[in-house]
Amino acid sequence: MNLWIWLLLACALAYAWKVVGYFVPAKFLENPRISRVAGTMTIGLLASLTIVNAVATGQALAADARLGALAAAAVALALRAPFLLVVMIGACTAALLRMIGLA
Amino acid sequence: MKLLASPAVRVGLSISIATGLYGISFGALSVTSGLSFWQTMALSLLLFSGGSQFAFIGVVAGGGSGIAAMGAATLLGMRNGIYGMQLNALLHPTGWRRYVAAQFTIDESTATSTGQSDPAEQKRGFWAAGIGIYVLWNLFTAVGALAGSGLGDPKQWGLDGAAVAAFLALLWPRLKGREPVAIAVVCALATVFAVPFVPAGVPILVAAVVAAVAGWFSHGRRDEGLEPDVDPYSEHHHRRQDSQQAGA
Repeated sequence: MNLWIWLLLACALAYAWKVVGYFVPAKFLENPRISRVAGTMTIGLLASLTIVNAVATGQALAADARLGALAAAAVALALRAPFLLVVMIGACTAALLRMIGLA
Repeated sequence: MKLLASPAVRVGLSISIATGLYGISFGALSVTSGLSFWQTMALSLLLFSGGSQFAFIGVVAGGGSGIAAMGAATLLGMRNGIYGMQLNALLHPTGWRRYVAAQFTIDESTATSTGQSDPAEQKRGFWAAGIGIYVLWNLFTAVGALAGSGLGDPKQWGLDGAAVAAFLALLWPRLKGREPVAIAVVCALATVFAVPFVPAGVPILVAAVVAAVAGWFSHGRRDEGLEPDVDPYSEHHHRRQDSQQAGA
Protein backbone atom coordinates (compact mmCIF):
# COMPACT_ATOMS: atom_id res chain seq x y z
CA MET A 1 0.00 0.00 0.00
CA ASN A 2 2.87 2.28 0.94
CA LEU A 3 4.36 1.87 -2.54
CA TRP A 4 1.10 3.07 -4.13
CA ILE A 5 1.49 6.46 -2.44
CA TRP A 6 5.01 7.05 -3.80
CA LEU A 7 4.00 5.65 -7.16
CA LEU A 8 1.06 8.04 -7.54
CA LEU A 9 3.19 10.93 -6.32
CA ALA A 10 5.80 10.05 -8.93
CA CYS A 11 3.04 10.11 -11.57
CA ALA A 12 1.82 13.51 -10.37
CA LEU A 13 5.34 14.97 -10.36
CA ALA A 14 6.08 13.57 -13.83
CA TYR A 15 2.97 15.31 -15.15
CA ALA A 16 3.94 18.47 -13.26
CA TRP A 17 7.30 18.63 -15.12
CA LYS A 18 5.55 18.15 -18.44
CA VAL A 19 2.84 20.72 -17.87
CA VAL A 20 5.22 23.31 -16.37
CA GLY A 21 7.12 23.27 -19.66
CA TYR A 22 4.03 24.61 -21.43
CA PHE A 23 3.53 27.48 -19.02
CA VAL A 24 6.99 28.93 -18.34
CA PRO A 25 7.92 32.00 -20.37
CA ALA A 26 9.82 31.23 -23.57
CA LYS A 27 12.88 33.15 -22.35
CA PHE A 28 13.74 30.21 -20.09
CA LEU A 29 14.56 28.32 -23.28
CA GLU A 30 17.43 30.69 -23.84
CA ASN A 31 19.20 29.57 -20.68
CA PRO A 32 21.37 26.68 -21.89
CA ARG A 33 22.26 25.69 -18.33
CA ILE A 34 18.77 24.46 -17.49
CA SER A 35 18.47 22.20 -20.51
CA ARG A 36 22.05 21.01 -20.07
CA VAL A 37 21.39 19.98 -16.46
CA ALA A 38 18.25 18.11 -17.58
CA GLY A 39 20.37 16.32 -20.18
CA THR A 40 23.39 15.48 -18.04
CA MET A 41 21.10 14.29 -15.25
CA THR A 42 19.41 11.94 -17.70
CA ILE A 43 22.81 10.53 -18.66
CA GLY A 44 24.00 10.27 -15.05
CA LEU A 45 20.81 8.61 -13.78
CA LEU A 46 20.70 6.06 -16.59
CA ALA A 47 24.41 5.23 -16.12
CA SER A 48 23.83 4.86 -12.39
CA LEU A 49 20.76 2.66 -12.86
CA THR A 50 22.70 0.49 -15.31
CA ILE A 51 25.57 -0.14 -12.92
CA VAL A 52 23.35 -0.54 -9.83
CA ASN A 53 21.31 -3.20 -11.54
CA ALA A 54 24.49 -4.90 -12.77
CA VAL A 55 26.54 -5.12 -9.56
CA ALA A 56 24.47 -4.18 -6.49
CA THR A 57 22.14 -6.25 -4.34
CA GLY A 58 20.90 -3.96 -1.60
CA GLN A 59 24.07 -2.53 -0.07
CA ALA A 60 26.32 -5.37 -1.25
CA LEU A 61 28.41 -5.40 -4.43
CA ALA A 62 28.68 -8.64 -6.39
CA ALA A 63 30.10 -9.79 -9.71
CA ASP A 64 27.69 -12.34 -11.16
CA ALA A 65 25.71 -13.28 -14.28
CA ARG A 66 24.41 -9.71 -14.56
CA LEU A 67 27.88 -8.45 -15.55
CA GLY A 68 27.80 -10.94 -18.42
CA ALA A 69 24.42 -9.52 -19.43
CA LEU A 70 25.90 -6.00 -19.36
CA ALA A 71 28.79 -6.99 -21.63
CA ALA A 72 26.52 -8.84 -24.06
CA ALA A 73 24.12 -5.89 -24.21
CA ALA A 74 27.00 -3.51 -24.94
CA VAL A 75 28.13 -5.69 -27.85
CA ALA A 76 24.55 -5.88 -29.19
CA LEU A 77 24.18 -2.10 -28.97
CA ALA A 78 27.52 -1.53 -30.69
CA LEU A 79 26.17 -3.73 -33.50
CA ARG A 80 23.06 -1.50 -33.62
CA ALA A 81 20.59 -4.12 -32.41
CA PRO A 82 17.08 -2.75 -31.68
CA PHE A 83 15.97 -2.17 -28.08
CA LEU A 84 13.87 -5.29 -27.61
CA LEU A 85 16.58 -7.56 -29.02
CA VAL A 86 19.16 -6.01 -26.67
CA VAL A 87 16.89 -6.72 -23.71
CA MET A 88 16.36 -10.32 -24.80
CA ILE A 89 20.10 -10.82 -25.29
CA GLY A 90 20.65 -9.50 -21.74
CA ALA A 91 18.10 -11.96 -20.34
CA CYS A 92 19.44 -14.94 -22.31
CA THR A 93 23.04 -14.22 -21.31
CA ALA A 94 22.24 -14.03 -17.60
CA ALA A 95 20.04 -17.14 -17.76
CA LEU A 96 22.65 -19.11 -19.73
CA LEU A 97 25.52 -18.12 -17.44
CA ARG A 98 23.48 -19.31 -14.46
CA MET A 99 22.41 -22.52 -16.17
CA ILE A 100 25.97 -23.58 -16.95
CA GLY A 101 26.96 -22.55 -13.42
CA LEU A 102 29.50 -19.91 -14.41
CA ALA A 103 28.08 -17.13 -12.33
CA MET B 1 -5.98 8.28 -46.13
CA LYS B 2 -5.02 11.92 -46.51
CA LEU B 3 -3.50 11.78 -43.06
CA LEU B 4 -1.29 8.83 -44.00
CA ALA B 5 0.14 10.91 -46.85
CA SER B 6 1.77 13.14 -44.25
CA PRO B 7 5.44 12.23 -43.78
CA ALA B 8 5.31 13.26 -40.10
CA VAL B 9 2.35 10.96 -39.46
CA ARG B 10 4.14 8.06 -41.14
CA VAL B 11 7.28 8.65 -39.02
CA GLY B 12 5.07 9.05 -35.96
CA LEU B 13 3.34 5.73 -36.56
CA SER B 14 6.54 3.78 -37.19
CA ILE B 15 8.13 5.22 -34.05
CA SER B 16 4.93 4.27 -32.18
CA ILE B 17 5.33 0.64 -33.14
CA ALA B 18 9.06 0.54 -32.32
CA THR B 19 8.63 2.27 -28.96
CA GLY B 20 5.30 0.71 -28.04
CA LEU B 21 6.68 -2.79 -28.50
CA TYR B 22 9.25 -2.41 -25.78
CA GLY B 23 6.42 -1.78 -23.37
CA ILE B 24 6.47 -5.60 -23.22
CA SER B 25 9.84 -5.54 -21.49
CA PHE B 26 8.68 -2.82 -19.11
CA GLY B 27 5.54 -4.75 -18.15
CA ALA B 28 7.38 -8.02 -17.59
CA LEU B 29 10.22 -6.42 -15.59
CA SER B 30 7.79 -4.37 -13.51
CA VAL B 31 5.75 -7.31 -12.21
CA THR B 32 8.89 -9.36 -11.57
CA SER B 33 10.30 -6.37 -9.62
CA GLY B 34 7.42 -6.83 -7.20
CA LEU B 35 4.87 -4.33 -8.51
CA SER B 36 1.29 -5.49 -9.03
CA PHE B 37 -0.42 -5.53 -12.42
CA TRP B 38 -2.31 -2.33 -11.63
CA GLN B 39 0.74 -0.55 -10.23
CA THR B 40 2.49 -1.41 -13.49
CA MET B 41 -0.43 -0.08 -15.52
CA ALA B 42 -0.65 3.07 -13.40
CA LEU B 43 2.97 3.87 -14.30
CA SER B 44 2.33 3.46 -18.04
CA LEU B 45 -1.04 5.23 -18.04
CA LEU B 46 -0.24 8.12 -15.68
CA LEU B 47 3.53 8.57 -15.52
CA PHE B 48 4.06 7.69 -19.20
CA SER B 49 7.77 8.33 -19.68
CA GLY B 50 9.83 5.23 -20.41
CA GLY B 51 13.07 6.19 -18.66
CA SER B 52 11.30 7.31 -15.48
CA GLN B 53 9.15 4.19 -15.42
CA PHE B 54 12.18 1.91 -15.75
CA ALA B 55 13.94 3.99 -13.07
CA PHE B 56 11.04 3.55 -10.65
CA ILE B 57 10.95 -0.24 -10.99
CA GLY B 58 14.76 -0.45 -11.13
CA VAL B 59 15.07 1.18 -7.70
CA VAL B 60 12.31 -1.03 -6.26
CA ALA B 61 13.93 -4.16 -7.74
CA GLY B 62 17.23 -3.23 -6.10
CA GLY B 63 15.57 -3.05 -2.69
CA GLY B 64 15.24 0.73 -2.62
CA SER B 65 12.42 2.55 -0.85
CA GLY B 66 9.35 4.01 -2.53
CA ILE B 67 10.59 7.54 -1.91
CA ALA B 68 13.96 6.81 -3.58
CA ALA B 69 12.11 5.29 -6.54
CA MET B 70 9.98 8.41 -6.77
CA GLY B 71 13.07 10.62 -6.54
CA ALA B 72 14.90 8.85 -9.37
CA ALA B 73 11.80 8.85 -11.59
CA THR B 74 11.14 12.55 -10.92
CA LEU B 75 14.72 13.69 -11.60
CA LEU B 76 14.70 11.74 -14.87
CA GLY B 77 11.45 13.47 -15.81
CA MET B 78 12.99 16.95 -15.75
CA ARG B 79 13.89 16.76 -19.42
CA ASN B 80 10.19 16.47 -20.31
CA GLY B 81 9.82 20.01 -18.94
CA ILE B 82 12.43 21.17 -21.46
CA TYR B 83 10.57 19.33 -24.22
CA GLY B 84 7.35 21.03 -23.07
CA MET B 85 8.99 24.45 -23.52
CA GLN B 86 10.23 23.52 -26.99
CA LEU B 87 6.87 22.11 -28.08
CA ASN B 88 4.94 25.04 -26.66
CA ALA B 89 7.07 27.42 -28.73
CA LEU B 90 6.61 25.20 -31.78
CA LEU B 91 2.96 24.12 -31.64
CA HIS B 92 1.27 26.81 -29.49
CA PRO B 93 -1.45 24.50 -28.17
CA THR B 94 -4.34 26.37 -26.51
CA GLY B 95 -6.97 25.59 -23.86
CA TRP B 96 -7.42 21.92 -22.91
CA ARG B 97 -5.05 20.83 -25.68
CA ARG B 98 -2.14 22.14 -23.62
CA TYR B 99 -2.96 19.78 -20.77
CA VAL B 100 -3.40 16.81 -23.09
CA ALA B 101 -0.27 17.64 -25.07
CA ALA B 102 1.66 17.74 -21.79
CA GLN B 103 0.87 14.09 -21.05
CA PHE B 104 2.14 13.06 -24.52
CA THR B 105 5.36 15.07 -24.11
CA ILE B 106 8.18 12.51 -24.16
CA ASP B 107 11.49 11.95 -25.99
CA GLU B 108 10.00 10.35 -29.09
CA SER B 109 7.02 12.66 -29.71
CA THR B 110 9.33 15.67 -29.29
CA ALA B 111 11.92 14.22 -31.66
CA THR B 112 9.27 13.39 -34.26
CA SER B 113 7.87 16.91 -34.11
CA THR B 114 11.13 18.86 -34.05
CA GLY B 115 12.49 16.75 -36.93
CA GLN B 116 9.93 18.38 -39.23
CA SER B 117 10.27 21.87 -40.66
CA ASP B 118 6.70 22.68 -41.74
CA PRO B 119 4.55 23.87 -38.76
CA ALA B 120 1.55 21.76 -39.81
CA GLU B 121 3.76 18.70 -40.07
CA GLN B 122 5.35 19.42 -36.69
CA LYS B 123 1.86 19.39 -35.20
CA ARG B 124 0.81 16.19 -36.96
CA GLY B 125 4.07 14.46 -36.05
CA PHE B 126 3.70 15.32 -32.37
CA TRP B 127 0.13 14.07 -32.08
CA ALA B 128 0.68 10.97 -34.24
CA ALA B 129 3.73 9.87 -32.22
CA GLY B 130 2.28 10.95 -28.86
CA ILE B 131 -1.09 9.23 -29.21
CA GLY B 132 0.32 6.24 -31.10
CA ILE B 133 3.01 5.54 -28.50
CA TYR B 134 0.57 6.11 -25.63
CA VAL B 135 -1.89 3.53 -26.95
CA LEU B 136 0.68 0.90 -27.94
CA TRP B 137 2.93 1.43 -24.90
CA ASN B 138 -0.01 0.77 -22.58
CA LEU B 139 -1.26 -2.16 -24.62
CA PHE B 140 2.14 -3.85 -24.64
CA THR B 141 2.76 -3.00 -20.97
CA ALA B 142 -0.37 -5.02 -20.17
CA VAL B 143 0.80 -7.90 -22.39
CA GLY B 144 4.23 -7.92 -20.71
CA ALA B 145 2.78 -7.66 -17.21
CA LEU B 146 0.42 -10.60 -17.82
CA ALA B 147 3.20 -12.69 -19.35
CA GLY B 148 5.68 -11.71 -16.63
CA SER B 149 3.40 -12.65 -13.76
CA GLY B 150 3.37 -16.26 -14.97
CA LEU B 151 7.15 -16.57 -15.17
CA GLY B 152 7.95 -17.73 -11.62
CA ASP B 153 11.55 -17.14 -10.54
CA PRO B 154 12.69 -14.07 -12.52
CA LYS B 155 16.39 -14.95 -12.07
CA GLN B 156 15.94 -18.28 -13.79
CA TRP B 157 14.82 -16.38 -16.90
CA GLY B 158 17.64 -13.86 -16.56
CA LEU B 159 15.23 -10.97 -16.07
CA ASP B 160 17.73 -9.17 -13.84
CA GLY B 161 20.08 -9.30 -16.84
CA ALA B 162 17.25 -7.94 -19.00
CA ALA B 163 16.92 -4.93 -16.70
CA VAL B 164 20.64 -4.19 -16.98
CA ALA B 165 20.41 -4.42 -20.77
CA ALA B 166 17.33 -2.16 -20.83
CA PHE B 167 19.07 0.61 -18.87
CA LEU B 168 22.17 0.40 -21.04
CA ALA B 169 19.97 0.58 -24.14
CA LEU B 170 18.26 3.71 -22.79
CA LEU B 171 21.66 5.26 -22.04
CA TRP B 172 23.43 4.28 -25.28
CA PRO B 173 21.87 6.75 -27.77
CA ARG B 174 22.77 9.61 -25.39
CA LEU B 175 26.49 8.82 -25.40
CA LYS B 176 27.33 10.98 -28.39
CA GLY B 177 30.70 12.65 -27.86
CA ARG B 178 33.38 12.63 -25.21
CA GLU B 179 31.61 14.63 -22.49
CA PRO B 180 28.47 12.43 -22.19
CA VAL B 181 30.71 9.35 -21.94
CA ALA B 182 32.82 11.01 -19.23
CA ILE B 183 29.69 11.98 -17.27
CA ALA B 184 28.33 8.42 -17.56
CA VAL B 185 31.60 6.89 -16.32
CA VAL B 186 31.96 9.33 -13.40
CA CYS B 187 28.33 8.79 -12.35
CA ALA B 188 28.69 5.00 -12.57
CA LEU B 189 31.82 5.16 -10.39
CA ALA B 190 30.15 7.49 -7.88
CA THR B 191 27.28 5.00 -7.68
CA VAL B 192 29.53 2.00 -7.04
CA PHE B 193 31.43 3.85 -4.32
CA ALA B 194 28.18 4.96 -2.65
CA VAL B 195 26.45 1.54 -2.65
CA PRO B 196 28.04 0.10 0.54
CA PHE B 197 27.53 3.28 2.56
CA VAL B 198 23.97 4.47 1.92
CA PRO B 199 20.57 2.72 1.69
CA ALA B 200 19.59 1.07 -1.61
CA GLY B 201 18.27 3.56 -4.14
CA VAL B 202 20.20 6.51 -2.71
CA PRO B 203 23.38 5.91 -4.80
CA ILE B 204 21.27 6.72 -7.87
CA LEU B 205 20.34 10.09 -6.39
CA VAL B 206 24.02 10.72 -5.57
CA ALA B 207 24.80 10.16 -9.24
CA ALA B 208 22.03 12.60 -10.20
CA VAL B 209 23.63 15.34 -8.10
CA VAL B 210 27.07 14.66 -9.63
CA ALA B 211 25.54 14.84 -13.11
CA ALA B 212 23.63 18.04 -12.35
CA VAL B 213 26.80 19.76 -11.10
CA ALA B 214 28.66 18.59 -14.20
CA GLY B 215 25.91 19.97 -16.43
CA TRP B 216 25.78 23.30 -14.61
CA PHE B 217 29.50 23.96 -15.04
CA SER B 218 30.11 22.33 -18.40
CA HIS B 219 30.14 24.07 -21.75
CA GLY B 220 28.91 21.15 -23.81
CA ARG B 221 26.05 21.05 -26.30
CA ARG B 222 22.84 22.36 -24.74
CA ASP B 223 20.87 19.35 -25.95
CA GLU B 224 23.35 16.85 -24.54
CA GLY B 225 21.53 13.77 -23.24
CA LEU B 226 18.26 14.87 -24.80
CA GLU B 227 18.25 12.28 -27.55
CA PRO B 228 15.26 9.92 -27.92
CA ASP B 229 15.72 6.21 -27.13
CA VAL B 230 14.53 5.39 -30.61
CA ASP B 231 15.47 8.06 -33.15
CA PRO B 232 12.48 8.62 -35.43
CA TYR B 233 14.75 9.82 -38.21
CA SER B 234 17.65 7.38 -37.98
CA GLU B 235 16.52 5.44 -41.04
CA HIS B 236 14.33 8.14 -42.48
CA HIS B 237 16.63 11.00 -43.25
CA HIS B 238 15.11 11.33 -46.69
CA ARG B 239 11.75 12.01 -45.08
CA ARG B 240 12.97 15.35 -43.78
CA GLN B 241 13.39 16.35 -47.37
CA ASP B 242 9.94 14.94 -48.16
CA SER B 243 8.39 17.16 -45.54
CA GLN B 244 10.29 20.20 -46.73
CA GLN B 245 8.93 19.62 -50.20
CA ALA B 246 5.43 19.10 -48.79
CA GLY B 247 5.77 22.34 -46.89
CA ALA B 248 7.04 24.27 -49.88
